[in-house]
Amino acid sequence: MKNWFICLLLVISVSACSKDDTPETEAYEPTPLPLNIPKIFLDNIIAPVIPNSNPQTVEGVALGKKLFFDKKLSGDQTIACATCHSPQLAFTDNTPTSIGVAGDFGTRNSMPLFNLAWNFDERFAWDGKELSLERQALEPVQNPIEMHSNWQEVVSRLQSDEDYPELFRLAFNTSTITKELATKAIAQFERTLISADSKFDKYSLGEASLTSQELNGLDVFLREDKGDCFHCHGTPTNPLWTDNIFHNNGLDSSFTDLGLGAVTGDTNDNGKFRSPSLRNLVYTAPYMHDGRFATLDEVIEFYSTGLKQSSTIDPLMKNITNGGVQLSTSDKADLKAFLITLSDPSFTTNPDFLE
Amino acid sequence: MIRIFTLLLCTTLLLTACSEDKDDNLVVKSEATASFNFTHNWNGTAVTNNNFNSIQYTNENGEMLSVERLRYIISDITFSRDGEDDIVMDIYNLVDVTNNANTTLSLEQKIPTGTYTNVSFTFGLDNEDNAENYLDLNTQNFNVPQMLGGGYHYMQFDGKFINSSETEQGFNYHAIRAVDNPGMNPTFPQDTFFQVNLGEITITDNATLEVKMNIAEWFKSPNLWDLNLLNQMLMPNSSAQIMMKENGASVFSLGAISQ
Repeated sequence: MKNWFICLLLVISVSACSKDDTPETEAYEPTPLPLNIPKIFLDNIIAPVIPNSNPQTVEGVALGKKLFFDKKLSGDQTIACATCHSPQLAFTDNTPTSIGVAGDFGTRNSMPLFNLAWNFDERFAWDGKELSLERQALEPVQNPIEMHSNWQEVVSRLQSDEDYPELFRLAFNTSTITKELATKAIAQFERTLISADSKFDKYSLGEASLTSQELNGLDVFLREDKGDCFHCHGTPTNPLWTDNIFHNNGLDSSFTDLGLGAVTGDTNDNGKFRSPSLRNLVYTAPYMHDGRFATLDEVIEFYSTGLKQSSTIDPLMKNITNGGVQLSTSDKADLKAFLITLSDPSFTTNPDFLE
Repeated sequence: MIRIFTLLLCTTLLLTACSEDKDDNLVVKSEATASFNFTHNWNGTAVTNNNFNSIQYTNENGEMLSVERLRYIISDITFSRDGEDDIVMDIYNLVDVTNNANTTLSLEQKIPTGTYTNVSFTFGLDNEDNAENYLDLNTQNFNVPQMLGGGYHYMQFDGKFINSSETEQGFNYHAIRAVDNPGMNPTFPQDTFFQVNLGEITITDNATLEVKMNIAEWFKSPNLWDLNLLNQMLMPNSSAQIMMKENGASVFSLGAISQ
């Protein structure tokens, strides 16, 4: 009897220490959310850039969207990223340069935001100073003219919010908020901002036709002896409509804003700015890095008759002594008609991108 | 006893005769890797992107010029041997001197060692390859518009020169497939891709072949290039394209071989 009791104790003690046979609860992982790559991109250009250190997830994108529209990121909590990057305006604003929390204007036009994951060199902003989307998102918050806040304050504000700690836990497996995680989330949201449903996209896919004026405008765009726009903005086989490279396009004969030159320190880069995409021009006026042109007509007139010589002007710019490519009145109108076909109304009304 | 000893001796001799000789270090490779290193010079003076953006070169016609952008495609590398089929590598490489990218091309496929009567490649893309859709080249904005025949540039060589009015002016020496009648139904007067022959090469081991581009040759012969006349808008100019092809014949040469 005594031996039986000892045996029972042994069995109990061993089973108490043994591994639980029931399955362990799996560790939480955010839900992967691959980018929805449009067919016209799949057919024509290489895969987008998604950093291994910041994979797209459902929860990360949702958090990034909330942060993007949240005024808590600014010093006096009056503006959000979306204030200067409005979805209805293809994520830019409609002033030459943008107004900050104190009512001051910056020096650069707010860049529209779309198809950012296809900026393969990952040099963002007009002058290429931001070397990733994640790093770019750090800057406006602490820029004294823009959101005029600091990340320590912003993180503290988010940490004491009743929702954000849980949203960060869902997105990144930690409720301890950092500026790095906040900008990762914003970058994830920004990478989802894909625009590829313009009239011209439909035309390329055989789903729409262009008018004769629009087709002639395309011809002007592509002809080296007319507009020669394609060397910097691409052909229909590159649906980004930009090379994302830095050029001096002849805006000024001397530079008050050095652009890329101020970033690299190389005088050969003075006056160079990143080619913007020609998508969504209907929504993104005014134009150029300083928003100097209010209308597309002004832009086309500039390339036709307004070029200015300087030491770093791109050799692709033509007929500079006569001011440019000297388009006829009808070619200018046709070129404008074609450019408008690159705008994508569904992008500005996409509920996934609206607050 | 003698019979057993003889049998043992013969067996030993047979076995040792067939065994691998490990007494010396002579290892003759039957296959080797091949790489191409593309270098650039102006009449013998090395040119890299560090030398860009400065008007410092004088072409055969006496015009001073700078290089600001230089990138070109080579394709279809071919190794030719006596009595054997050519080894043709159906590949292309965009040499981007501006960004110092793809200036070395390592072939994935090994080649047999031995003497090749010629190693060659195509400057640009032949017409069949030029009709393909290359996502990486599209991404690099290297396309030629459809109304000019489509496909891709063979070369984009941009810079500035001092024109006859003593003013800096841009030039775009862009090589493409020569085309006439731009529009819906362009015509092609003459092929302007061309084969570059590096000559006889003996491959004994993993080898790197230097391919030298003398940029000055693009302006030299047989067509003396006058930048005051031919500087921009050369893509729809089929005569200029044919001149580029003709001048290209003396642009490339074989440099050092290391193996």
